[in-house]
Amino acid sequence: MLFPRLSRIGIKIFRELYGGKFTVPLCRTGSALEHYSGCWRPQFELHPEAKTFQSVIFQKHHQLSTTAAVSDAADGKKEKETISVTFVDKDGDEKQIEVPVGMSMLEAAHQNDIELEGACEGSLACSTCHVIVMDMEYYNKLEDPTDEENDMLDLAFGLTETSRLGCQVIAQPELDGIRLALPVATRNFAVDGYVPKPH
Amino acid sequence: MAICQARAWLSRGLTTLSSHPSLRVCVVGSGPAGFYTAEKMIKAHEGAFVDIIDRLPTPFGLVRSGVAPDHPETKIVTNQFSRVAQHERCSFYGNVTLGSAVTLSELRELYDVVVLAYGAESDRALGIPGEDLSGIHSAREFVWWYNGHPDYRNLNPDLKSTDTAFILGQGNVALDVARILLRPTAELATTDIADHALTALEQSSIRKVFLIGRRGPVQAACTAKELREVLGIKNLHIHINQTDLEKNQEDEEELKNNRIRRRIYDLLSKEAASGPSVPTSGQHELHFIFFRKPERFLDSLDRIGHVTAVQFEKTVLKAVGPGKQIAVGTGQFEELESGLVLKSIGYKSVPVDGLPFDQQKGLVPNVGGRVLSDASRDPTMLQKGLYVCGWLKRGPTGIIATNLYCAEETVGSILEDLQQGAIGSTSSIVKKPGREGLLQLLSDRNIEFVPFSRWQKIDAEERSLGSLRNKPREKLTTWEDLMKVAKE
Ligand SMILES: Cc1cc2nc3c(=O)[nH]c(=O)nc-3n(C[C@H](O)[C@H](O)[C@H](O)COP(=O)(O)OP(=O)(O)OC[C@H]3O[C@@H](n4cnc5c(N)ncnc54)[C@H](O)[C@@H]3O)c2cc1C
Ligand SMILES: NC(=O)c1ccc[n+]([C@@H]2O[C@H](COP(=O)([O-])OP(=O)(O)OC[C@H]3O[C@@H](n4cnc5c(N)ncnc54)[C@H](OP(=O)(O)O)[C@@H]3O)[C@@H](O)[C@H]2O)c1
Repeated sequence: MLFPRLSRIGIKIFRELYGGKFTVPLCRTGSALEHYSGCWRPQFELHPEAKTFQSVIFQKHHQLSTTAAVSDAADGKKEKETISVTFVDKDGDEKQIEVPVGMSMLEAAHQNDIELEGACEGSLACSTCHVIVMDMEYYNKLEDPTDEENDMLDLAFGLTETSRLGCQVIAQPELDGIRLALPVATRNFAVDGYVPKPH
Repeated sequence: MAICQARAWLSRGLTTLSSHPSLRVCVVGSGPAGFYTAEKMIKAHEGAFVDIIDRLPTPFGLVRSGVAPDHPETKIVTNQFSRVAQHERCSFYGNVTLGSAVTLSELRELYDVVVLAYGAESDRALGIPGEDLSGIHSAREFVWWYNGHPDYRNLNPDLKSTDTAFILGQGNVALDVARILLRPTAELATTDIADHALTALEQSSIRKVFLIGRRGPVQAACTAKELREVLGIKNLHIHINQTDLEKNQEDEEELKNNRIRRRIYDLLSKEAASGPSVPTSGQHELHFIFFRKPERFLDSLDRIGHVTAVQFEKTVLKAVGPGKQIAVGTGQFEELESGLVLKSIGYKSVPVDGLPFDQQKGLVPNVGGRVLSDASRDPTMLQKGLYVCGWLKRGPTGIIATNLYCAEETVGSILEDLQQGAIGSTSSIVKKPGREGLLQLLSDRNIEFVPFSRWQKIDAEERSLGSLRNKPREKLTTWEDLMKVAKE
């Protein structure tokens, strides 16, 4: 049960735990890293202990990986271990953040107080961390969404051609400069045929 | 556009209303709609004090009593809700029923704002002969039973005297129910399924489940994840009639415009094309039946009062507008035998005294969450300080996340009304008593409410009972046990 959450801990911590011997494959969603990130896990794994353990880790590394990123910047290392990601919120305001390679956009958003929901905490059971990749060029760099991600995207509000789940987009060097928009309200809870006008 | 406006109010809320004097808010119902409302309210207004009441000693609504036991990831959202409940400006009071412990007019006296988010605790009816025979249950009852809702632990559905179950409806609830009936019990044993249900399912003689829809595969109301799951059950024979998959012009149009429907249709077509058409011995079976409208339930001859068969009318689709086709009868009937029928045709909300209610739609008439005085929806006739959210506001559809956007809209309306002086205590003389008033009233009435800290005792007990059996939790399923542990 340790592996599934490791992607969210960020690679720095992973290295700390594994004596720095583990080299991170430069991979995309759906490749080796996802294997470990285990965002799509078989059911019945979530036993109470595991769950508590997970949330402890989640909270711990929350602080840990932030410091890791900061000390990185201070070191001024050549090797690019973080990438720049810009989130564009619902009002069109932009926030640029540095995200350690290996970390999911959901996690990164939460560490940076970006209002991206994450109801299922990255276990691919909801669609609340829906983001829209703003440039097709970057969208094409991502591995195609799995069936399971597509199942959740089906239910995302304001779905677009370049929609992804934030928990499934993992920072990697070639994504440096990616811009992600939080979906704008184009939702319709039609109670009696009321359809919101396009704005 | 209403929702954009709501969002503008939400984001402006923080700055412009932070200096506003305290606002007493009561949210009725602790499901997703209630918790998302509380969360948004607390975030948007620094003076908001939010009390959430629920009729059960346990919070989280259908996330606890609806979401299937084999969907643990979906329940992770309770972590977020628990953080909200423990916020310094939020309180949870379980075992407090609107309508008996406290009335709506009392709540409105006590609080500046009342948000009703008490869901849909009844069922749509078919309205056909024989509907009250034994052996027929609503999916809501059956789901509450297997999920250990204390009101339905004694449902005791008879799973032993028939090998066939009919599920009427093809939405996600129908698929949940089918999966629970068909999934190997060894797999269910490691979930938080209620103990009494696991035992009954272990002894069940149900081998064939029919998922019956009045329309076609293009209109099936389920979503891809649920369908994929039920199709993936081990050692299950699945039957789909190839001819049912033929599409008309309107079907093509519907598929073109709807990604979910397209993916569902593809999954069904693939399934129909693959696999042997006869079950191997010992295999459980799942039959998708389309174009059948239930007409009447037939009484058993040797077990009077118990259902033995259902008469269906065959249907065809008829276009009634762009992208909308309804099922119309063809005058051809057939009878199919089954001793267990689960109606999964939708939930329905119930009104409380003093609440405007649209009986036909089964929801509270509202504009953007503001409760309207009558169902004819004159938008100027608002109920001051009264709001609605979730299934009670929109009707019984939508996933957990839908309630998040729904809460955003309702809270946006509240903030707007507040800003315009339509609600809130403007002068200190008319300050509403809020929480203190509610607690006083509950104490006067000897109502033993269950605060969040006491729910945590129940939670801890359930988890520890569960760990003995390799389950994430063993739910306490009687009122006595729940209240006893809460009071320990
Ligand atoms: C069987 C089933 C399975 C589902 N599975 C999923 C899923 O896997 N994923 C998903 O995203 N969505 C799922 N949904 C949908 C999701 O559960 C709903 O969208 C959501 O729960 C609706 O939220 P709500 O707060 O309006 O109502 P509810 O969740 O029903 O909450 C209402 C609350 O009000 C309380 N209450 C009722 N009457 C009173 C009263 N008089 N006084 C005080 N309190 C009262 C109830 O006890 C309850 O806690 C499922 C729904 C069902 C029915
Ligand atoms: N895993 C999940 O995400 C999950 C799980 C469970 C529930 N939910 C959500 O909870 C909501 C409620 O689910 P639900 O399954 O109760 O409702 P639903 O999706 O609205 O499905 C209702 C089904 O009942 C049928 N029906 C309605 N009236 C009928 C009648 N008079 N005769 C015959 N059939 C009738 C409908 O057919 P018609 O289309 O012909 O009307 C439809 O197939 C849904 O939004 C669902 O997605 C989600």
